[in-house]
Amino acid sequence: MLLIECPWCGPRDEIEFVCGGQAGVSYPPDPFALDDDEWGHYLFVRDNPAGPLAEQWCHTAGCRSWFIVERDTLTQHVLATRKLPEAGEEL
Amino acid sequence: MSRRLAQGGLINRARPLRFVVDGQEYTGFEGDTLASAMLGAGVQRVGDSIRHGRPRGIFGARWEEPNAMVRLLAPLREPMVPATVVDLVDGLEAVTLSGRGVLAPSPRDRRDAVHAHAETLVIGAGQAGLAAAERAAGAGQRVILVDDRATPGGAIPSPDAADRVAALAGREHVTVLPRTAVIGLYDDGYAIAIERRDTGHAGAEVRRVWRIRAASIVIATGTIDRPYAFDNNDLPGIMLLGAAHEYLARAAVLVADAPVISTAHDGSYETVDALARAGARLPAVVDARDEVSSDARSVCDRHSIPLKLGTVITSAHGDRRVEAVSTSDGDRLPCDGVLLSAARAPQAALASHVGIPLAYERAVAALVPDGETDRVRVIGSAAGEGLPEAAELWCAPDAEHAYVDLSRDSTVADIDVALDAGLRSVEHIKRFTTIGTGPDQGRTSGLLAAGIVAERLGRPVGDVGVPRSRPPVIPVSFADLAGRRTGDLADPVRRTALHSRHVERGAIFEDVGQWKRPRYFPRGGEAMGEAVRRECIAARTDVAMMDASTLGIIEVTGPDAGPFLDRMYTNRLSTLGIGRVRYTMMCGLDGMVTDDGTVMCIDDEHFRVSTTTGGAAAVLDAMELWLQTEWPELRVHLTSTTDHWATIALVGPRSRDVLQTLTPDTDLSAAAFEFMRWRRAQVAGIDAVVSRVSFSGELAFEIHVPWWAAARVWDALAEHDVTPYGTETMHVLRAEKGFVIVGQDTDGTVTPIDLGYGWIVSNKKGDFIGKRSLARPDTRRPDRPQLVGLLTEPPALLDEGAALVDADGSLLGHVTSSYDSAAVGRPIALALVRGGHARMGATVTAPTDGVSCRIVDPVFYDPEGRRRDG
Ligand SMILES: [Zn+2]
Repeated sequence: MLLIECPWCGPRDEIEFVCGGQAGVSYPPDPFALDDDEWGHYLFVRDNPAGPLAEQWCHTAGCRSWFIVERDTLTQHVLATRKLPEAGEEL
Repeated sequence: MSRRLAQGGLINRARPLRFVVDGQEYTGFEGDTLASAMLGAGVQRVGDSIRHGRPRGIFGARWEEPNAMVRLLAPLREPMVPATVVDLVDGLEAVTLSGRGVLAPSPRDRRDAVHAHAETLVIGAGQAGLAAAERAAGAGQRVILVDDRATPGGAIPSPDAADRVAALAGREHVTVLPRTAVIGLYDDGYAIAIERRDTGHAGAEVRRVWRIRAASIVIATGTIDRPYAFDNNDLPGIMLLGAAHEYLARAAVLVADAPVISTAHDGSYETVDALARAGARLPAVVDARDEVSSDARSVCDRHSIPLKLGTVITSAHGDRRVEAVSTSDGDRLPCDGVLLSAARAPQAALASHVGIPLAYERAVAALVPDGETDRVRVIGSAAGEGLPEAAELWCAPDAEHAYVDLSRDSTVADIDVALDAGLRSVEHIKRFTTIGTGPDQGRTSGLLAAGIVAERLGRPVGDVGVPRSRPPVIPVSFADLAGRRTGDLADPVRRTALHSRHVERGAIFEDVGQWKRPRYFPRGGEAMGEAVRRECIAARTDVAMMDASTLGIIEVTGPDAGPFLDRMYTNRLSTLGIGRVRYTMMCGLDGMVTDDGTVMCIDDEHFRVSTTTGGAAAVLDAMELWLQTEWPELRVHLTSTTDHWATIALVGPRSRDVLQTLTPDTDLSAAAFEFMRWRRAQVAGIDAVVSRVSFSGELAFEIHVPWWAAARVWDALAEHDVTPYGTETMHVLRAEKGFVIVGQDTDGTVTPIDLGYGWIVSNKKGDFIGKRSLARPDTRRPDRPQLVGLLTEPPALLDEGAALVDADGSLLGHVTSSYDSAAVGRPIALALVRGGHARMGATVTAPTDGVSCRIVDPVFYDPEGRRRDG
């Protein structure tokens, strides 16, 4: 039962959240500019590091906000959490 | 024979307690465990062993007990628990078990759960734990001190332990929990403990689950003794040395008058001294080492106990209990007990839950926790502090019928079979022999097995590995974990505003997610098929109504609501226009159908989206995800209003007449109120939103009213002889029209085109979720599974899920929906068939039913759509 700090609500038990997978996998500006392999890569291929990984989580049983969780997949430690970038900001 | 001494111990001799084991009544004292009371009454024998049926006796003093399993009958009913951890209460009744429990019919006792937070959680109230708790409390921290025993101080309490705990418990921010066992440690300082409140809390809950979040956790769980293996080492009367000491110190019980003690370290001699002082006449101390400390030797000298050095027990003898032992020097010693301690074993399994490794240390012949985490540390003897150096003593020479795991009846011979079979890893040998898999979690057998394996392979113990511990560290009953969440409280139940009406009508309900939905409304002893047939006929020829309130409803508002929906759904919704309704479908990024529903345009900045009953939460989550992560520039708000609206579907050729009667101010004629339009209207005096949508192909209206007004409208409709129908009839009606149910006719691998719903995918608007994937080669394969209708020849009802094969027996697909249809006059089915759209008229076979089927268009009824306007 991880203790996850929602950037809006503070530390809450893991059961209030869902994990939405790797963060920063942006929707391509023009999907039809990608060939089938590139599109398939975007759809199905994600990083799987043994160590820190930025993920997007949602506080579904709380404020319903999506935000970024930096999690170490080896130690299962939450290293940091932060809000999603505002429109135009870099991740 | 074991017996109670006239004085000493921590028991309250002023409070005798009567108890019954296996039908025999005995007397113990307040402060006893069931095991110490049995031993005090001279009862050492417990249930026979699980596989070999051998006589067994009490072996340990706490959770390491492998033999003394009992079933509690009163006052608490418990299927199986070691007698060593049951606190004695007056009137306690138990029966001994042979390794298998018997479930109580239903746990009627109340169980509870609490959440707690602390800066420091200390596990174990022995010397080290008490000191740690005092330090943390002194620093002003919130402290929770849990201890498995009824009274603190560890196995052999120091005289001041009770006072120190009382002083701690008196502090404002300190919680002391006796009779409480931590069953597991989890991420970020999370611990789960179970408090046994059987005693002293009569009438209240008997168990309490503590869910504790602590900034720091201190494990101070001490040590137990590790035995070693020799022939017949399972006879009653053979026991762990530390357990004998605990029974003496806490319960004033001498477990044997003339026990042989066998050890391989100096730590045992304090107990030798204590037992001799209490009156035991020890035939010998058998020590595997060639040398012992001068202190150890002087203990034996003082009590004139023969000390056999460099010697081990090779065999125990006795009929129903131990009567003598043979030793490796060829001696034979008469005795009435054998007390074993080959080494001290730190009890640090909890540490391994959070990733602290347990490393074998040769000098002390024990597993010792190696390191700590940012939140968890082990202290005291559980951390290996002060462990006596020990010789490695695992197994007597030439032992064959020597038990390694008493709980599982596994022997040294079993290990040899495993080794002969080529197994080398202790984890594999554990699975092969079942060593360490009993309710005692291998406390006395895990390392012992590893030591024997290492010895036989001629390798260091550290190299063969040791079995890993996982939560829970003690057996936990499901009833404890469930607490009050049983029966009606097991899972939330969602009922619509019309639920009581359905109950009055005798509805048979089905669970749809957490919702209770009427499946059909039988009349006068009708079976389901008869009721559904009658309901279907009413909907097609007269008028019928269904409670559709469980459909999810999401209000999508804001200046960009229309463009947002264009991106989320497959067809264009932004141009819908006020007063119109459109059917729509949602896909995942992979182009597969995830949900469907209707969208009403309320005004330019307000759309009301309906979802499937089961998909409501997932659709809202998906919308939030895209809005927040990819399209933060869109000015859109989402609000779930599922619980605000009650929805009644009114269906059938007479539906307009009935509704018009209740809606005198609004013209409902086909010319004034067209298909796929909505309007506000007063229905039975209630402000309602009425739409002309149809999931049956018949003339139909959907009436949306506030939750509180639902019964009034339903009752008004019922006065016009409207037949209520349930989900089963709804399924038949829609299948007759070839309308799909997402999740029944789809399974996450089906595109709208596969369903024959290509018309719902807009090619004109911009990008939407799933669009690019619908252009992948795989989603355009002509041989994808596609939705078709099936007519069996001769007519027969197919099983949903039945496989479909072609003439060669090749698998083509499966049946997704199958019903007997009154309107079509025969059974009909929908199916996903490979390349099905190009197989119209072909024949396939459902081999499990032995039935031939003709592939037909999935629209079985009124394909021209003439009935929707009435
Ligand atoms: Zn939050």
